[in-house]
This record gives sequence, C-alpha cells and structure tokens, in this order.
Amino acid sequence: MNHQTNRTLDPILEVQNLKKYFPVTGPFGRLGGIKGQVKAVNDVTLKLYEGETYGLVGESGSGKSTTGRTILRLTEPTNGKVFFQDKDIFQASKKEVRLLRKDIQMVFQDPYSSLNPRKRIGKILEEPLMIHTNVNKNERRERVFDILEKVGLGMEHYYRFPHEFSGGQRQRIGLARALVVNPKIVICDEPVSALDVSIQSQVINLLQKLQDDLHLTYLFITHDISVVRHISDRIGVMYLGNIVEEGRNEDIFARPLHPYTQALFSAVPRTNRAGKRERIVLKGEIPSPLNPPSGCMFHTRCPFALEKCRIEVPQRKEMKQDHYVACHLYE
Amino acid sequence: MEKRPLLEVKNLKTHFHTERGQITAVDGITFHLNEGEIVGVVGESGCGKSVMSQSIMRLYDEKYTAKYEGEILFQGENLLNLSKAMMQKIRGNDLSMIFQDPLSSLNPVYTIGDQIRESLMIHQNLNKREAQQKAIEMLRLTGIPAPEKRINEYPHQLSGGMQQRVMIAIALSCQPKLLIADEPTTALDVTIQAQILDLIAELNAQLGMGVIFITHDLGVVAEICTRVMVMYLGQIVEETDTDCLFSEPLHPYTRGLIKSIPQLEGERLQKLYTIDGTVPSLQKVPHGCRFASRCPYADELCKEQAPELEAYSPTQKVRCWHYKEILKKEAVHESSNE
Amino acid sequence: MAAVKEVERARTIKASLKKQERQLFFRRFFANKLMVMGCFIFIVLGLIALIGPLLVSYDPYEMKVAERLNAPSGEHWLGTDEFGRDLLTRIVYGAQVSMGIGLIVTLISSILGLIIGLYAIYYAALDHILMRICDGLMAIPGILLAIALMAALGPSPLNVIIALSIVFTPNIARIVRSSALVIREQTFIEAMHAQGASATRIIWQHIAPNTISPLIVQATFVFAEAIISEAALSFLGAGIAAPDPSWGNILQAGKLVIFKAWWMVVFPGLAIVLSVLGLNLLGDGLRDFIDPHSSGKKSK
Repeated sequence: MNHQTNRTLDPILEVQNLKKYFPVTGPFGRLGGIKGQVKAVNDVTLKLYEGETYGLVGESGSGKSTTGRTILRLTEPTNGKVFFQDKDIFQASKKEVRLLRKDIQMVFQDPYSSLNPRKRIGKILEEPLMIHTNVNKNERRERVFDILEKVGLGMEHYYRFPHEFSGGQRQRIGLARALVVNPKIVICDEPVSALDVSIQSQVINLLQKLQDDLHLTYLFITHDISVVRHISDRIGVMYLGNIVEEGRNEDIFARPLHPYTQALFSAVPRTNRAGKRERIVLKGEIPSPLNPPSGCMFHTRCPFALEKCRIEVPQRKEMKQDHYVACHLYE
Repeated sequence: MEKRPLLEVKNLKTHFHTERGQITAVDGITFHLNEGEIVGVVGESGCGKSVMSQSIMRLYDEKYTAKYEGEILFQGENLLNLSKAMMQKIRGNDLSMIFQDPLSSLNPVYTIGDQIRESLMIHQNLNKREAQQKAIEMLRLTGIPAPEKRINEYPHQLSGGMQQRVMIAIALSCQPKLLIADEPTTALDVTIQAQILDLIAELNAQLGMGVIFITHDLGVVAEICTRVMVMYLGQIVEETDTDCLFSEPLHPYTRGLIKSIPQLEGERLQKLYTIDGTVPSLQKVPHGCRFASRCPYADELCKEQAPELEAYSPTQKVRCWHYKEILKKEAVHESSNE
Repeated sequence: MAAVKEVERARTIKASLKKQERQLFFRRFFANKLMVMGCFIFIVLGLIALIGPLLVSYDPYEMKVAERLNAPSGEHWLGTDEFGRDLLTRIVYGAQVSMGIGLIVTLISSILGLIIGLYAIYYAALDHILMRICDGLMAIPGILLAIALMAALGPSPLNVIIALSIVFTPNIARIVRSSALVIREQTFIEAMHAQGASATRIIWQHIAPNTISPLIVQATFVFAEAIISEAALSFLGAGIAAPDPSWGNILQAGKLVIFKAWWMVVFPGLAIVLSVLGLNLLGDGLRDFIDPHSSGKKSK
C-alpha cells in the first residue's frame, strides 16, 4: 500500500490533455450533419507511477469511465496524448494497440455482462493467452490454474459456466482474465460498485494483495468515496470532464480544496454518528455535458462562485507539493 | 393506553413456486411501524428485503408465483384478507411505494403531469383542473424548480434526481399513511442522494407518514432512520434503534457489515474486515442458524439449532446464540486495543 | 502431480453437473407438450422422406392407364392418380423432394443470413448496404418474388432452391443482426476488445454463438415457409415440373379432378399441413424453451 511515489522516477503512463467529444447527430445519422458535441472528457492530464493506485473519482457523467476507456482506445480520442513506455498510444497503429493491451488490462463494473455466458471459465481465461502468447494448451491450463488460485478460486471451477457463480466470484474471474497475461497496468472501472458490502471488502482486499504480489499499477475509477479513500495513493476528482483537484490521498482528505470536492465528501452518508458534521448540500443537478457552463464548469452549483468564475476557466495550480486544484478561489 | 401502531406485520412468510421447487424468500418476519417513524431495513441482495416490501403491498401474483402466510395489519386491518379490488384502492392511496430505478417506473409515453394526475383522479376523485393544481403543488413540494413548466415534460427529459423527485411526488400525492421506499437513492449520485434523503426526512416530518426505508447502505440508515432491522436470508437477525446499531451491534453479521465498510474518517486500515463466503442459496437454507457457515463464532449448537429473535434490551432484539459472550469478548478486545 | 489429480476431480464434478443439467433439460423439454408433439411430427415426416422410398412397393413414375383414379383400397392405400400411379408412393417421394428442398433452403439461408447479419453489425458501411438490399427484398411479398425469380430462372429443383434461398436469407439476416446488436453492446465484447482480440475472433467466437438460439428458432419457421412456398410454386407450375413428384404438383393435378377423386387433394394437402404444423409447433416451443424471459425465471 505504502508506495512512496518517487519524483525522480518517470511515470509509467502519462495522459496529456486528453479530450473526448461524442458527436450528436440527428435522426439521419451522420448524413444529417453533426448537431453538437457531448464533451465527455475535457482536457484531462494525469500521470501514473509504477506500483501506485490512482483513484479517479466523480459522479455519473463526470467522464471518469470514458477517460479509462479512451486510454485503452476502446473509443477513439478526440485529442491528446497518452505515453506508455515512451510511445504515444494514440499514434499507434491498430495492430500495435492490440499488442499494447497485453500490458494495460481492464476490469469492468458489471460482473454479469462482462463474461460470455456461453463459455466455460477455463476457456474465458485461456483466451487472452491465445491472443497474446503462443504457449501450448497444457501450459495455458497451468497458467489458468495458477491465476485461479491467486484470485481465490479453485481448479474445480475450470469447467463451470459464468451463471454458476455469484457476483463476487464473477468479479474475481474478471480480475483473473485481466491478470493472466501479466499486465503492468490495470484500469479498474468501478470493479466493486455492483457488489454487496461483505463481498466488496473481499474483492478490495484481493485487489490490494494482487497489487503487492504482482507489482501492478492501478487506475481505479469509482464513484464511491470511501472505497477510493481506502485503496488509493493519489486521487483525482473529476467534474464534467475535468479533473478539478488532484493530490495525495492524505492531503486531499485532510484538506479538500475545491468546493466541489468538499461538497462531494460531505454528502457521503456516514456511519459514525458521534460527530455530526456540517453537510454541504449542493443545489441543482450536474449540467448537461452537451452544453456545459462557461468558465468554471462548477460555477452553476458552487456556493462560493465569483463573477470571474462564469467567464474564465480556472487553471490548475499546485497548492502544496503534489496537491493541485483548478479553482479561482485559490489565486 | 398504548397507541396502536400504523403497521404490524406478524410472522409474514412469502413462498415462491419455482421450477426447482418452492422457496421461502421471507421466512417469518414480525415487526411494527408507528406513525411518523422511519424504519430502515438493511441487508445484502438476496436477503429478502425487497420481497418483504412487495409482499406488504401484495404485488406478487398470488395465483401462480407466490403464496403469503401470516398477518399484515395496516391500521388494524389484515391486508392479506382484503379482496383484490380493496387492495387496489389502498395501494397508491394509503400505501405508496417508490422504487430504485425511477426511469423504468415512469411510463415514457405520458408527461409527468399525466402520471401524477392519474393517481389523484383515481383515488381522490378530483377533476382534471383540481388534479392539475394539486400536481403542481406536489412537484413544488418535492423541490422541482418551475413546476408549472416541468409538469408538461416527459420522463426522459428529466435527470435521474428529478425523476426520483417525480416518483416521490406521485407516491405522496394522495397523502399516504405509509410509504415504502425501496432503495430510492441507490441509482443516484451522492450529491443528489443527499438532496433526496433530506427531502424524504423533511416530508416525513411535515406529513407525519410512516416510512419503511429499504437500503443496503448503512450510511444512509445512519442518516435517516430512527430504527433499523437487519435482514439475512429471509429473516430479521437484529432489530435495534439506529444509535445502538453502530455503538453496540449485537449480531455477528451486523458487526461484520459495519466493520467491512471502508471508513471516511480516522486511520486508513491496511486491510478491510471481510465476512467470508457468500449468502447461501434459498434452495439450500441451512438447518441451524442461517449465518453459521459465515460466522467466525459459530459452533456445533449454531449449526444444529436455529436461534429465535430474543430481546436484549427494550429497543434491541437479536437472533443469535452467543451474542452475550461476543459482546463481552469484543468489549475486552476493544479496550485492550486502545 | 497434484494438478493432474485436481483436473480429474474437476472432470468428475463437471460430469455430475452435466448430468444434473441434462435432467433439468429433459424435464423442461417434456413439460412443453406441444413442442414434443411438433418434434414428433417432424421426425416422423423426416423418417418418411428418408426411408419411405425403400418401403413402398410401386414405382412413382410407372403409369397404368387401367388403374387411373382408383379410390383408396387395400392395394392402393391412398388411391391412385390420373395416370394410375400409386398416390402413397408419389407422396412419399414427394416428401423427399419437398422436405429436401425445405431443408437445403433453410441451411443455405441460415448460413448466408448468419454471415450477413454478423458482418453487418461489425462494419457500419456494410450494414447500410446489406440492410438496404434486405429491405428491398423484404418489401416484395415472398411468394411473388419467388415466382418472379422462377420465371427468370426457369423451373428446375436447383432453381427453386436458389429462388427460395434469396427470398428467405434477408429474414434470417434480420434476426441475426438484431440479436447480435444486443450482444455487441454487452460488456464481455468490450472486454474482448480490451484484450486485443481480432475482429474475426470476436465475431465468430463471441457474438455468433450467442445468436444461434434465435437463429434456430427462426430457421424452423423458414423451414415451414419454404415447404409451403415450394408447394405453391409447384402448384402454380413454376416449381418442380411433372412427372417428378412434389406435394405441390400432386395437389395441382388433383385440382382438375377434385370432384371425382377427393384423395388426390386431401392427402398431399394433409402432408403439407402436417409438416408445417409440426415445424411451427416446434419453433414456438423452442422459442419459449430458449428464451430465458418466458421460463425458468426466479424472483429474487
């Protein structure tokens, strides 16, 4: 857990000014012309260091999942650069991207639809090996047994079908599928959000254990603030396609700077009833990314909004070492 | 004389007929709800909390799929004895429900105004103009800005939080005495969840209705409920008031649930507490205590005999053989930790 | 090695699971009485087409003027036709032609439909082209299209197969495409992309197996329709030409003598009705059997 992010080290993955706009078209598809753009991701910059867990947190529509999927080029980016091993993923050819996906794997939210219902577990787990390696059948099976054991399942599950498993077990299988080819980075897209509390803690512990054993780097995408606090070394808070605040876990929870971060953290219901805290209840809804507000994206709901916030887009500033915020209040 | 509770459920059982035989999803639930009270029902998926709430509304098809047993006394009247027509009259009028997914609970081809007016016109015999007035009033009450304009919009034009507000407006339009909220905030973002929780608490205080609040989130329970029932595999394993739930949880399952949530305050733990295993299937309900296979304290007694729900204090009930010993042991444990 | 033992254990578990699955499968299968009946009718007719010609004792082509239009009797169970040929023999040989053409048409249109449907959802441009062609073909009533094609191609068994395959392929392609569209949006397909799987692998290993069940259901209906269409074409003189027997052209011959020889119309008609009924019952049953929404659903 305690990975000191060493500044002299180069990041293992670097995302620069990532933008992803989805075109909105009329009833005739592209023939009718593009009517507008949904700005799902608007200028995201982040760095992943080896062995760390970077928590990307935000509400629905904040673009956190799109960020993860675009890094893997599951959707094509609109603009930006992503460097992995000195190579820009966005410039790579289709074939190179396919090869890259051995090193960058993904775990999905929905444990039910993320496994092919007609394939046995063994087949599901051997498939990545068939795509990326040319080891023979026996060795593939050995490695599948190996990974099944690592994720806390047994060899007796090899011939089972996905529907015979519970949600937590399926999530373990999804994790095994990602890890069987020894990736360096795993993008976890809400891996525990669909699970019950008691199962969720099992999977979180497993994720952390595997990170230590296999030296993985996680980009952990979630909307659950207590989970992100538990698992992350560094955290980025997203709102409407922008990272509004970024910093080390301890710093960001000890002193959240951005008004949105403060409101978000305070809105989480707590089990600790002893210290009744001030809760900041935000007014209104998240604006539509089709027509985002001018200036600071958050000004429509911000309790401290200034005149300036409506006009000028705030720049990212380093307030403290590794603690960045994009807000006009800190100038 | 003690006041009669608004709702009294006595030994409610719900059986389902399935291809692989009969299963009992709710197995002997007894509780009561007073007027103006918010009672939480917590449990993981498959524990029967939704089945219980839908049984109270008698929403399952009694001919082919489900069979009820026991008594559901609503203002002294047993709902299970009512005819279908009577039940329909009560549903949506005195008894109301809000569901987890607002979009699929709203009909996409009607405006939200149509849908609020509909229940008003059925149950309260209002004419169209009065119903319109009342609908606007309800939307304003639930905090929807510019209700006169919004009332003519279709469900898909609203955001998730707004849709849930509309659902609440529909549910509350006939001033129900009992509102069943089945995971009303689970599909919403935290900042929106906070708004909706505040709204439900406020309306509860204002209108004085009883609320059964079903959720899997202990944080939400802490936020809104006065009393809580913890369910596991179709049974209540613990019933307590909310303060005691967190300060003095009795059942090992409750303790496990509370400990396995990552905390927002205090020191970050290296490892989360886990409850081993998974919830057994309803087809293979354990013989003894239903939690025994996952319980760290289980012994032979637990595996063979099922414990009853017994009172520990006036406000606390628990279904466990060993809760007293566990309480003592854990207390020692915690003080030695500090 | 311990691992080998484990594998053995896994195998035995798998075997016992399979047994359970099979038991449940049969219980569900036989619970649907109509489907079992449809299946039975279909199998009987199939057997008649396959081994019937070995059992009948007459030649389907040999004419005996003296015995023309005999009523059903001990010698000719179903009577004789206007050339004195045994009707039972002709219907049995006709079954071979009618069911054979039905089967081949079903196979060809299923395979073509599967390929078209799958590739259409994967490549957007292809989708537009293929689906507009399908729309065009489906806009014309099937039987009219078949007649037009037969008029262009000329009557022969091969041409009947070609014409009917063209008529029914869009049908299957539509079904495959619509279920493949749903599958494509499932997370496991995205997971395969994230794994770096190639398009061919995703289409054939992951999407195709999930579209097979609706395809099979649709194929049984196409089978039934193909039998009717072939009969109709032959009846109209655009399909199988006399003297080759087919249910359609026996019926056509019977039409001329309908008041003198009822058996000439009733028995081939019955054969068509039975085969279509059997297939439709089977198809309806299969749809319920395969569709998880209509059965086996458990409330939570």
